[in-house]
Amino acid sequence: MNGYTTHEFDVLVIGAGGAGLRAAIEASGNGTKVALICKSLLGKAHTVMAEGGMAAALGNADDRDSWSTHFADTMRGGMYLNNSRMAELHAKEAADRVNELEAWGAVFDRTPEGRINQRNFGGHKYRRLAHVGDRTGLEMIRTLQDHGIHQGFEVFMEYTVVDLLMDGGRVAGAFAYERNHGTFHLFRAKAVILATGGLGRCYKITSNSWEGTGDGHALAYHAGAEMRDMEFLQFHPTGMVWPPSVRGILVTEGVRGEGGILQNSEGRRFMFDDIPDAYSHQTSDNEEEGWRYITGDKQARRPPELLTRDHVARCIIREIKEGRGSPHGGVFLNIHWIKEHIKDAEGHIKKKLPSMYHQFKELAGVDITKESMEVGPTTHYVMGGIKVDADTQMSTVPGLFAAGECAGGLHGANRLGGNSLSDLVVFGKRAGQYAAEYASAHDMPTIDEGQVQDITQETLAPFERGDTGENPFQIQQALQEMMQAKAGIVRTHAEMAEGLEELQRLKARAATCGVQSNRDFNPGWNTALDLKPLLACSEMILMSAIDRKESRGGHYHDDYPEKCPEHGKWNTIIQKGADGTMTRRESEIPAIRSDLQGIIEENQR
Amino acid sequence: MSKATFRISRGSGGDLTPADYEIEIGEGMVVLDAVHQIQYEGASDLAVRWNCKAGKCGSCSAEINGMPRLMCMTRLEDLDLSQPVTVEPMRAFPHVRDLVTDVSFNYRAKKSIKPFKPRKPDNADGTWNMKQEDVERVQEFRKCIECFLCQDVCHVLRDHHKHEEFIGPRHFVYSAALEMHPLDTEDRVADLKKAQGIGYCNITKCCTVVCPEHIKITDNAIIPLKERVVDEFYDPLTKLFRMFKPKK
Ligand SMILES: Cc1cc2nc3c(=O)[nH]c(=O)nc-3n(C[C@H](O)[C@H](O)[C@H](O)COP(=O)(O)OP(=O)(O)OC[C@H]3O[C@@H](n4cnc5c(N)ncnc54)[C@H](O)[C@@H]3O)c2cc1C
Ligand code: SF4
Ligand code: SF4
Ligand code: FES
Repeated sequence: MNGYTTHEFDVLVIGAGGAGLRAAIEASGNGTKVALICKSLLGKAHTVMAEGGMAAALGNADDRDSWSTHFADTMRGGMYLNNSRMAELHAKEAADRVNELEAWGAVFDRTPEGRINQRNFGGHKYRRLAHVGDRTGLEMIRTLQDHGIHQGFEVFMEYTVVDLLMDGGRVAGAFAYERNHGTFHLFRAKAVILATGGLGRCYKITSNSWEGTGDGHALAYHAGAEMRDMEFLQFHPTGMVWPPSVRGILVTEGVRGEGGILQNSEGRRFMFDDIPDAYSHQTSDNEEEGWRYITGDKQARRPPELLTRDHVARCIIREIKEGRGSPHGGVFLNIHWIKEHIKDAEGHIKKKLPSMYHQFKELAGVDITKESMEVGPTTHYVMGGIKVDADTQMSTVPGLFAAGECAGGLHGANRLGGNSLSDLVVFGKRAGQYAAEYASAHDMPTIDEGQVQDITQETLAPFERGDTGENPFQIQQALQEMMQAKAGIVRTHAEMAEGLEELQRLKARAATCGVQSNRDFNPGWNTALDLKPLLACSEMILMSAIDRKESRGGHYHDDYPEKCPEHGKWNTIIQKGADGTMTRRESEIPAIRSDLQGIIEENQR
Repeated sequence: MSKATFRISRGSGGDLTPADYEIEIGEGMVVLDAVHQIQYEGASDLAVRWNCKAGKCGSCSAEINGMPRLMCMTRLEDLDLSQPVTVEPMRAFPHVRDLVTDVSFNYRAKKSIKPFKPRKPDNADGTWNMKQEDVERVQEFRKCIECFLCQDVCHVLRDHHKHEEFIGPRHFVYSAALEMHPLDTEDRVADLKKAQGIGYCNITKCCTVVCPEHIKITDNAIIPLKERVVDEFYDPLTKLFRMFKPKK
């Protein structure tokens, strides 16, 4: 059963989260033939889990906001390793993309004047996140899905792409298996858009679903694309820590946006103890002012719980390490204290944070309107990704585009909360538009039969080893434990070097894994195939991290705990070498356009 | 640590045999953890659909001890572990393998519903004004995570297999979300009556009982839609009145 079905499209979109759906919508029309492939059912992609909101300078909740402030906040949050043109386009276009969602049926929470309401989030100077309670991602994906199914593109759900096909240096399509029956499908296409999301599943403790295995990162890497900033992972400060089975599940930053405070075992609000200089002018140094900010007082400065995620996560680690953690190895997140200020605090919490209320009630037996939550850092988001042209989203491989979490550049060394959902639609649209243009200007590429034969063989190899091979779930878990220990939130040179060595052993183990029975919906087989991208991504992370000898954003190097200005001048680039091994180099950051530089400086004051 | 036994339906294409797995269980575990544990300990080919493991995506629907539920939100502490816990696939859809069914019917049913069609924007910048109290009704329906548990439990689909004539409670919730959207101008009432079979629903409320999002499917979605059908088709005066009245 090595045969396959061939499909032909102008544009092939791989991934049906916010980025992929928006790209498919844009590419369709004008007679362009578009296919959308996803590993899960439509509407189940990671985007559905996003909670807190979508950043856009609508200026509804605070009329002082503008695209330029949003731009400056994004650059500061990213510690200036961002692609400044992407940050500019994102800040300028996000508001239109939010309004467009409303035109397609999204129902955001409202201001008293009847406009789209916006909430506070870390690193954003003004109230900027359009939201629907704490289920904003569901609203976004459902709106795009329900609009998208009437736009004429064809959906292939529960199809997994295992490799990109190449015609010389240009992308020629993708090879996939269908999950329910394991049949093979060859998608020949003039342009391919990767919108495959993140890679949190490289780690043991993560907020990501099983899909977050970094497939797009690995597919692009193997196709020869340049990858940037792979050392930068976002460890979200607040994941659940108890009970063990839910460890890592996200607790939205919206809790802190609504006034939630972080406390150690002594009851101290430890975030007041360490406020970085870059933020001291916008951060309150007392409880009273912090609360006024939450209630919308424009004179007040932000509470320190809303500092950027990398910083908050490290403060939490410090409290835990120094013995002031909670019983199960986290710290306390307290939202019930707002009853000191609000009459119907219980009702307010349930209205603003309904899914957090249910999540804790049902999974941990904790009533957040009365008790504090126990939280700790969880692997959440990858800032690094496929290097793309800011305007068109084309990678360094002709015909191959990328958008959303799998693309790199917008967020630099650290992403601000809410800047992902807006990223998805801003750059999803652009990728769709330019991929369609590319397709109309190019002929159908040629398929290399030899490559296809190699792929089918590799894909079926785990069956040949059968029961004698190692269980793929066990190899996957070993890899996740290794990455958690060697490339986690606090890194050292010695541990990363060990990690790279262990990775070679894990690669060897992966080559011996075997699976039972047949190709029908077989999670063992599917997991065996996920090992390849997981290993490639883990190696990219380790290779990039070990040589950034400073601490910046999502990369904290314990041997070099300070930020180093010299290292702020380059991005890490990973690329597959001619001999098939992974190479790393530094690429100088081009000078920021003078008008944008001016905006940055103005906002530093 | 204590042990528990899970009796999981295994097989393909509806040909199912229960298989017992005994595993160690830990604090706070949910049924989906147990299934993963069983995969890890040897049954790597045990088919199960899941994504978020946090009750947000609606992928992991199954029948646990005969009740349609999300596997990731069913805590072992809430089950009687002195007996084997049965885990079976949903029954209203064609079976694929083990705990996985073919839910594509739902995607076809949704496509048959006319899409959102907004009125002209209120503001020059192309935006609209809506009050929070005017959107709350619709926001309840938009919480739906498309787990299809309500479809699974509805006798019109489960026992009478009216899949070609009846779109099911999930899609009445979806229709209601569109029909009651303050900006929408489309009319879906004729479709609901004819092609989408709302008349088959005899308000047993089984769907409301199983909804993990606690959407009041029958009271808030289906009954108001049925009233619209009655208004439009059986009450000539209202019908006439509606023709001249702007919608909503
Ligand atoms: C719990 C949680 C809460 C979050 N909250 C927020 C928030 O409030 N605000 C915010 O801005 N961001 C938030 N984020 C981040 C944000 O949700 C994600 O970064 C974003 O949704 C990623 O979207 P995407 O379109 O890039 O990819 P995803 O939504 O991850 O979708 C990836 C798609 O690619 C498909 N795919 C992957 N590999 C393959 C393959 N090999 N073959 C075929 N298809 C494939 C998948 O099936 C899926 O359809 C949150 C993240 C999490 C985990
Ligand atoms: S109330 Fe109607 S839709 Fe719901 S289960 Fe009963 S018959 Fe089905
Ligand atoms: S209405 Fe409730 S039960 Fe039905 S699909 Fe939606 S969330 Fe599931
Ligand atoms: S896995 Fe998402 S709802 Fe259970």
